[in-house]
Amino acid sequence: MASMATDGVTGWRLAPEDYVGNFADLSPPLTRHEAFVESERCYFCYDAPCVQSCPTGIDIPLFIRQIAKDNAIGAAETILSANIMGGMCARVCPTEQLCEEACVREHAEGKPVRIGSLQRHATDAIMAASAAAGRHPFPRAPETGRSVAVVGAGPAGLSAAHRLALLGHAVTLYDAKPKLGGLNEYGIAAYKTPADFAQAEVDFILGIGNIAVVPGVRLGVGTDLATLRGRHDAVFLGLGLGGVNALAGMEDQRNVVDALSFIEALRQAPDKAAVPVGRRVVVIGGGMTAVDAAVQARRLGAEQVTIAYRRGAADMKASRWEQELAQTNGVVIRHWMTPAGFDSRDGAVTAVRFAHRGADGSAAAEGVAIAADLVLCAIGQSFLAGSLGTGDLALEGGRIRVDAERRTTLPGVWAGGDCVAGGLDLTVSAVEDGKRAAIAIDAHLRATEPVSLLAGAA
Amino acid sequence: MADLRTDFLGIRSPNPFWLASAPPTDRKTNVLRAFKAGWGGVVWKTLGEEGPPVVNVSGPRYGAIHGPDRRLMGFNNIELITDRPLELNLQEIAEVKKLYPDRALVASIMVPCDEDSWKRILPRVEATGCDGVELNFGCPHGMSERGMGSAVGQVPEYIEMVARWCKAFTRLPVIVKLTPNITDIRHPARAAKRGGADAVSLINTINSIVSVDLDRMAPAPHVDGRGTHGGYCGPAVKPIALSMTSEIARDPETRGMPISAIGGITTWRDAAEFIALGAGTVQVCTAAMTYGFKVVDEMVTGLSTFMDAKGYRTIEDFRGLAVPNVTDWQYLNLNYVAKARIDQDLCISCGRCHIACEDTSHQAITATVDGRRRFVVKDDECVGCNLCVEICPVENCITLEHRTVGTDPRTGQPYAQPYANWTQHPNNPASSAGRAAE
Repeated sequence: MASMATDGVTGWRLAPEDYVGNFADLSPPLTRHEAFVESERCYFCYDAPCVQSCPTGIDIPLFIRQIAKDNAIGAAETILSANIMGGMCARVCPTEQLCEEACVREHAEGKPVRIGSLQRHATDAIMAASAAAGRHPFPRAPETGRSVAVVGAGPAGLSAAHRLALLGHAVTLYDAKPKLGGLNEYGIAAYKTPADFAQAEVDFILGIGNIAVVPGVRLGVGTDLATLRGRHDAVFLGLGLGGVNALAGMEDQRNVVDALSFIEALRQAPDKAAVPVGRRVVVIGGGMTAVDAAVQARRLGAEQVTIAYRRGAADMKASRWEQELAQTNGVVIRHWMTPAGFDSRDGAVTAVRFAHRGADGSAAAEGVAIAADLVLCAIGQSFLAGSLGTGDLALEGGRIRVDAERRTTLPGVWAGGDCVAGGLDLTVSAVEDGKRAAIAIDAHLRATEPVSLLAGAA
Repeated sequence: MADLRTDFLGIRSPNPFWLASAPPTDRKTNVLRAFKAGWGGVVWKTLGEEGPPVVNVSGPRYGAIHGPDRRLMGFNNIELITDRPLELNLQEIAEVKKLYPDRALVASIMVPCDEDSWKRILPRVEATGCDGVELNFGCPHGMSERGMGSAVGQVPEYIEMVARWCKAFTRLPVIVKLTPNITDIRHPARAAKRGGADAVSLINTINSIVSVDLDRMAPAPHVDGRGTHGGYCGPAVKPIALSMTSEIARDPETRGMPISAIGGITTWRDAAEFIALGAGTVQVCTAAMTYGFKVVDEMVTGLSTFMDAKGYRTIEDFRGLAVPNVTDWQYLNLNYVAKARIDQDLCISCGRCHIACEDTSHQAITATVDGRRRFVVKDDECVGCNLCVEICPVENCITLEHRTVGTDPRTGQPYAQPYANWTQHPNNPASSAGRAAE
């Protein structure tokens, strides 16, 4: 039986019941009374700053007032009409940097209305009601007879698919993975989406109907963009970032892995206790993925977990709330640490070497080594543009260039989410991309002839 | 240290806080607890005539309106007068008065509107040693259907008649408790005075249905699917009670008549406001039923602190001081100009002042200044209505400033003008200036 102090990489470091608690809901839902009390704190601001700072423009004062007046279902409809993934966003949005940062009560007393928690309260209610009734809350418009391919069933693709179906189009949704949801299913800490919430939300979204799901299809493998363009009236690309940035030398080391693979394995593991983790874990990076990996490593029973980041706290892409979450979970965050190499024994990593540049980054670099039997690299991902083929699709900084309506440079092709240039790399912005693209595609389709007619004419 | 003792019709109490005739004063157990907690007096729950007592429903008697965090704002009841035998109540009143001779103990009474009924009960009540009687002419539910309670209070002639009988049949001070379910409170108050009553107490509860159950399509709470109106009280009714108290305090016919004020009194400040409008004592029920008897501690200490700060040694020092400043609309100074001002340091930019003014009033508050979110009063549009002050969530962020120097950009008139009211205004056809203009 392993313990937290067992050297090497192993599972079963904790008692079985510890895993249950450690991977339960990070922020439990508000009770009905808590929701009433919290919703009454909202001032129902005019031209509310929180709405301005929501990438999907949810009418936050309205939905909170609906909750306050005992209409959680109406509140959820307000949320979901702007953001069909309101449920997941309530769990993973960095609200402290978006709506709650803008809340006038944050300005007034440093204690914003808990918008994210209230949003979860409402969306949980409608998803439960919808599941119980076996009915999706939004009715589809009359069928247009037009067909749209959506490639990638992450937040952008699911958002686009839902909106397109809502507007009356027939959607075919392609995804490379066996399960839909993208990073919601594979890339987010388990305690943020317990009880298989990601799949419940996928089912809820697909409940609108007229979305044909084709899993296990990767662009460039089995189908390609040209084929999809020929078969559908329009195409939406909601591709993920297929490439994981690597550290020099990591491929030679055993137990140096990319953090996303670690998170994915953890998410998909039926028994969290079986997921192997080191006694001493070093996570390299400073974003949400680094925090998700580090905190979960601790919760799997790692004795020491260190996040090593090459710049300062203010530069970290992980929000302050996330950084504090890591720290309250016993993760040590060290700044100004530039990876310089690995030490190993018998091919397995024993330490990570860094060039450390003092407290504020200005001091001369000195060598620091942190002992590690598991190293998780979270230094970013990259878009693999090769899957697009050699088309006329213009890129920008390695990602797909789109306009305000998420239109690519290729006629009939829209894109959104992580694969496009200039995004925020957030679930909520991906959802907005999908929504905007769908609205633009709808306008385009209503103004043009169906591809089937064109094909027939040819 | 302020002296909170009161002498109301010769009834002395260590402080002006009495518990109103209601469920909290229904029995010895409760009243002893109240006195132990520090209440200055008690009006015993209304006694009925000898014989089988009334019967209450065994379903819900109370309903409520809640504010944020389920704070009780308004309260409704359908409980009747005491449902315990008269003799038991009389015996307990006597026992309690012996145990607490320094507290006010007044008996509330409601018997049918005939002389014999009152003649029979009053000597028995007097024999308990209690300090006075309060005639319940106010209860608007149940008993009123039987020709008592507010059914009497709504007919000034009955009030006068019964008050007269009571003054004839007892030496005790007689307080007439008024119902607010009338159009002009001055008429029943005048009738009480004509009948010789020593004082009035008001307000009793207001006819109310607090809610409708939209599943059952019935009043809520319901008794076996059906509901009836009850009597409304609690913090929500205080403004109505203040107004009615002030009307009696300043009416030439009733001016100076002692008033025991009732209606939503929850804090020391509520009490002080009623006293400023002339009340000699205040009666509390809902606050005690919501928080327990201990709330009197806040009331007593708060009133004392207030009086010390203001230099009022006794209740009499400030009682009625606000009465002369209650007037009719027509005597308000039409030349007084105030305008709102928003303290930009306190403003949290919720924008509610803007949208309230823009949508529902005078379009006198900006939403942006130089393209930036900023809320500033436009003096040339502001009429000083006070809406923004009241709806602003931040205390003292928006204030009304009395303007005295310069010219009002809205009217082009100088701010500083002598007092002038509607009776003198040229637009008033009844004024001398108005008649001259025709």
